[in-house]
Amino acid sequence: MVNRIVTGAHYGLRDWLAQRVSAVVMAVYVLALAGWALLQPAFGYDVWTELFSGNLMRSFSLLFLLSLFYHAWIGVRDIVMDYVKPASVRLLIHVLVILALILYAIWAVQILWGL
Amino acid sequence: MRILKVVTSGVRLRHSILVVEKDMNKTRPKHLALHKIKLPLPGYVSILHRISGAILFLALPFLLAMFDQSLRSIETFTNFAEYLDRALAKLILIGLMWAFLHHFFAGLRYLAIDLHLLHGLSGARASSRWVLVLSLALTVVLGVKLW
Repeated sequence: MVNRIVTGAHYGLRDWLAQRVSAVVMAVYVLALAGWALLQPAFGYDVWTELFSGNLMRSFSLLFLLSLFYHAWIGVRDIVMDYVKPASVRLLIHVLVILALILYAIWAVQILWGL
Repeated sequence: MRILKVVTSGVRLRHSILVVEKDMNKTRPKHLALHKIKLPLPGYVSILHRISGAILFLALPFLLAMFDQSLRSIETFTNFAEYLDRALAKLILIGLMWAFLHHFFAGLRYLAIDLHLLHGLSGARASSRWVLVLSLALTVVLGVKLW
């Protein structure tokens, strides 16, 4: 077995899998939402808020958004690792992205349950 | 520059490969000359998947704000709808729609590849064409509808 240095990062399988699981969750949600939109004869504020009024839809919407944020983190991390060479800048961007995504997650809860 | 080797096949010079030795240290590019690289179709799908992903990430706070405005109250919903009536807003939204659709279909293609549903070079090329065509066609359809 190759003697690998494991400090700093894990092997990446978990991220690879998380990227795909989150993608499937998002795809199912988006297809369901698109199907719902196609079935609506008229669109307006009432129809739109009615959709997000139940706890089930709110929960699935949050699951979608959390999947999106995790998915985005892995994608952005890959891009930054590829193009940003100075370690200090890379670390700074990583930290800012993580903080932004955590804030988005808090915001998402407020949007969905703060109606 | 000096020609090291000429490989020929058969009597006729049908395939000749010139192995050219240049002054390696001087002419080898230090960075990839992106404008000189011609990508195959799956390569374009791949880099566009990355670019569209980056665009969608950068648009996240605006998309969340839009979601917030659309649900908060009838006033914010109406304001939001009026705001979207501008040509610039529609153009940006159509651009984001393309980014999403390309990312979506290219992502499905990668899932299909992971599941060994696509085979060989022809499968890779055909599916790449489908991704590009479907995402652009749906962008046009939804764009026309939005406009």
